Amino acid sequence: MAGRVVLIEDEANIAEAIRFLLSREGWQVDVHEDGSTALSVIEAAAPDLVILDLMLPGKSGMEIIRDIREIEALAHLPVLMLTARGQLKDREMAEKAGVTRFMTKPFSNTEVLAAVRDLNAQARQARDPEAGSAPVTSVRDVG
Amino acid sequence: MTSLNLLAMVSIGYVSILFAVAFWADRQALRGRGARFMGSPLIYTLSLSIYCTAWTFYGAVGYAARSGMEYVTIYLGPTLVMIGWWWGLRKLVRVGRSQRISSIADLLSARYGKSNVLAIGVTVLAVIGVTPYIALQLQSITLSVAIFAEADPTRSYNESGMVFWIATGLACFAILFGTRNLNANERHHGVVIAVALEAVVKLIALVAVGIFVVWGLAGGVEQVLARVDRSPIGQWQVDGGRWTAITFLAAAAFVCLPRMFQVMVVENEDERHLRIAAWAFPTYLLLISIFVVPIAAVGLELLPQGANPDLFVLTLPLSQGQNGLAMLSFLGGFSSATSMVIVAAMSLSTMVSNHIVMPIWLRTTDAFGGASVSGDVRSVVLFARRFSIAAIMGLGYAYYQMSGGGAALAAIGLISFSGIAQILPALVGGLFWRGATRAGALAGLFLGFTVWGYTLLLPEVAGGVFSAATLSNGPFGLGWLRPQALFGIEGLDPIVHCVLWSMSLNVAAYAIVSVLSFPSPMERLQGAQFVHVFDHSAGPGGWTGSVAQSEDLMIMSQRILGPDEAQSFFQAALKRQGGPGPLPEPTPTFLEQLERELSASIGAAAAHAMIGQIVSGAAVSVEDLLAVADESAQLLEYSSRLEAQSQELSRTARQLRETNQKLTQLSEQKDAFLSQVSHELRTPMTSVRAFSEILRDEPGLTPQEQRKYASIIHDEALRLTRLLNDLLDLSVLESGAVTLNLSRRSLSDILDHAVASALAGADGPLRVNRAGEAEAVLVETDVDRLSQVFINLIANAQKYCTADSPTLEIAVTETTDQVHVDLRDNGAGIPEDFQAMIFEKFSRVTPERAGGAGLGLAICKEIMRRLGGDVAYLPGDMGAAFRVTLPKQAKIEEIR
Repeated sequence: MAGRVVLIEDEANIAEAIRFLLSREGWQVDVHEDGSTALSVIEAAAPDLVILDLMLPGKSGMEIIRDIREIEALAHLPVLMLTARGQLKDREMAEKAGVTRFMTKPFSNTEVLAAVRDLNAQARQARDPEAGSAPVTSVRDVG
Repeated sequence: MTSLNLLAMVSIGYVSILFAVAFWADRQALRGRGARFMGSPLIYTLSLSIYCTAWTFYGAVGYAARSGMEYVTIYLGPTLVMIGWWWGLRKLVRVGRSQRISSIADLLSARYGKSNVLAIGVTVLAVIGVTPYIALQLQSITLSVAIFAEADPTRSYNESGMVFWIATGLACFAILFGTRNLNANERHHGVVIAVALEAVVKLIALVAVGIFVVWGLAGGVEQVLARVDRSPIGQWQVDGGRWTAITFLAAAAFVCLPRMFQVMVVENEDERHLRIAAWAFPTYLLLISIFVVPIAAVGLELLPQGANPDLFVLTLPLSQGQNGLAMLSFLGGFSSATSMVIVAAMSLSTMVSNHIVMPIWLRTTDAFGGASVSGDVRSVVLFARRFSIAAIMGLGYAYYQMSGGGAALAAIGLISFSGIAQILPALVGGLFWRGATRAGALAGLFLGFTVWGYTLLLPEVAGGVFSAATLSNGPFGLGWLRPQALFGIEGLDPIVHCVLWSMSLNVAAYAIVSVLSFPSPMERLQGAQFVHVFDHSAGPGGWTGSVAQSEDLMIMSQRILGPDEAQSFFQAALKRQGGPGPLPEPTPTFLEQLERELSASIGAAAAHAMIGQIVSGAAVSVEDLLAVADESAQLLEYSSRLEAQSQELSRTARQLRETNQKLTQLSEQKDAFLSQVSHELRTPMTSVRAFSEILRDEPGLTPQEQRKYASIIHDEALRLTRLLNDLLDLSVLESGAVTLNLSRRSLSDILDHAVASALAGADGPLRVNRAGEAEAVLVETDVDRLSQVFINLIANAQKYCTADSPTLEIAVTETTDQVHVDLRDNGAGIPEDFQAMIFEKFSRVTPERAGGAGLGLAICKEIMRRLGGDVAYLPGDMGAAFRVTLPKQAKIEEIR
């Protein structure tokens, strides 16, 4: 049911926490902390989902998402952006660049997990519309 | 037989003709026509003949009969002035025009800095001097009528009643033609034409009587000369003193008498007329005087003993039955008297109203807060003129009544001349001597006038004022103050005595006081304007007719208003006037409108001066220029103030813009800073929250996992604390609220402490090589803060040095007042791109490793700045190197 996640995050402790949470849900989590090489890692891993930080060494998350959307195979890849920069203009810019979901740090664990499930379900439905009976859980109020 | 009725009819007819002529001339002048005829030099010359009053018409013959040839001096004075001093008169006329002088009092007032005191003095003097003279004219008319009354005993007449009516009639004439309107140039064409006509009549009358006497009675020129030789006239000795004095007085009076000034200067149409008058007027005088001696000689011989020689001109023809000739002669005398009275009253009224009545009226209306509207003032001025004429005539009549006629009046002529002559020094001096001052003029005038009154007027006219004792022994027995023998000089003729003393004291006072006193700026300017009038004012000419004036006005208006506006203004005026011409007539209404229109553009004073210059040909006066200058200065000052204000405004605007820019920049920096702070705080908070939720929510954690996650939370909490401490530290340092704790310490002590602190508890194997001896230098500084900088730099080396065996080299160098401490590690160093920004807040070169927030170097920079030193990155190939520079003596930077 769960698949493969590439997590681009330079803060080791945050990466550790997300890896722990997603592993418990059955995800295989690849952590990568450098921005400049992130795209090739994503291409190579062909994940079901990407979780992306915004402030990264080498290349910013904003540039990485643009790069991702330029690649045809990755055009519909769900990307969850998690950032400590939570201003409205960052959100707008990120959505314009092609981010699927935008969340600010610090986050609630349940919220992140709900978002990941949600994105995954949407992606599945997009790939295989007949199997679209998977419930879409909204957990926005949580946290 | 001539009846009084006929005389009355002829007189009334004659006066009616004079009225008609004056009325016609005024009408013509108002329409701007007939100027060529009326403005001729002939009319000017004839108008000057009001010098010849009844006193000269009748009195000259009497004078000759009594005193021989001395009467010639009365004609000699003016003749000498006209021939020998016409250029001086030309200057007088030029000044009169360029300064728009209305009377002799006005002239002196203008010359001496617009002094009204002086004008009042001259006016009073003139009134005192001229009033008896007017009375003399009235008397001459009475006497001449009486001659006819004697010849017509059937009728009786009321003498004083007649004089009253004559005086009233003359006043009416003067009011009617002298105050018709207020001309800027004070010219009265009607009066001048009437006076010229009367001049012709009196000349014809006297010449006719003379021809009758010489060829009708005496039988030719030779016979006349023989009779003259036989008569007492031939035996009179010439008194040199009296001749000189009277010639001088006549000359002075010719220039200074108000009525002479009126016709000669004020009524002058063109100063070139003086060239012709210079020979024409003496010719007139010659003609009118040539028959005086024959008439006197024949009259003395033919008429009975005791006949009044003053009336020979009338009685000789009457005695021969020549009633027609007598009538003509009467008209001549009547003309002489009336023309003098009219012009004298007119000129005196101008002075009285301008210098006495108007100032008083203005002051009282001011005191009562009355509004002085211009139209209002105009009617008040006219009323004041008319009132003054009536008052002067009334004075003359009253004087005539009081003196009771008789011989007392005969002497008046010369006495009056002597009084008026006191004006001469101030007048001539004013024209030719720039140094003359108001004080000098006042002193001379006052002294001369006083001496004249004391030595001549009071003893001769007001008999009884001085007792016989005073006259012979002087007042209070002071012999040297005897009125007719001042300072012990006896045996002089009273006239000569008076002229000698009054004129010499007058001139002396005038000169001395002028030299001793300082003229006001206005006096200086006016003095220059008068003395150098030919350099400043326009030449003769002008008066080329109203069309030319309109053209000039048009040209001037176009320059000021612009062609279109001027064109439409003139067209509108033309339509209002309904005239035929291409341009409107320069009527007073039109000029007033134009002046208002121009005032809006160039200011009132300038507009007035410019229009005045074109219309009256008057040169711009100093007063006008000063007013223009004042206005320009005000405008200039106003505009320079505006300019200064606008400069100030633009400066303020620039400052505001700069301040705004700075504030915007600061605000942006603040936003960026806050955003960074928020980011830096959120990052550890994220870990804390995530792991605490894991610890709370996940039941199946192993004890190792629990411990691990708890210690992550602990680390991140410490990181948060450090960050907050750094932020607080930086904020305190930047705001300058930090107190520095200065002390003297050796550099090696400080480094000892810093190295120990930095390496304590550190897991890295950093080796620190100290500088040894070189560190033994005393510095005065805040030891803790300096340690903080060293600790930060050493800790950085420890954190970021990537060498296998990380080493930090410390080197110390000294200059005269500074110590450099270089800390260089053997790592990779900082890439060149980042070197410029490492001291910025939240700048981080490498990915997060040691949990620093990127504030350390910013804090170091701030500390060193406050300690009066600096910390800088030393670019180079070998490792990261920082140089800390600090002063040996504390040089604490002041709070920003």
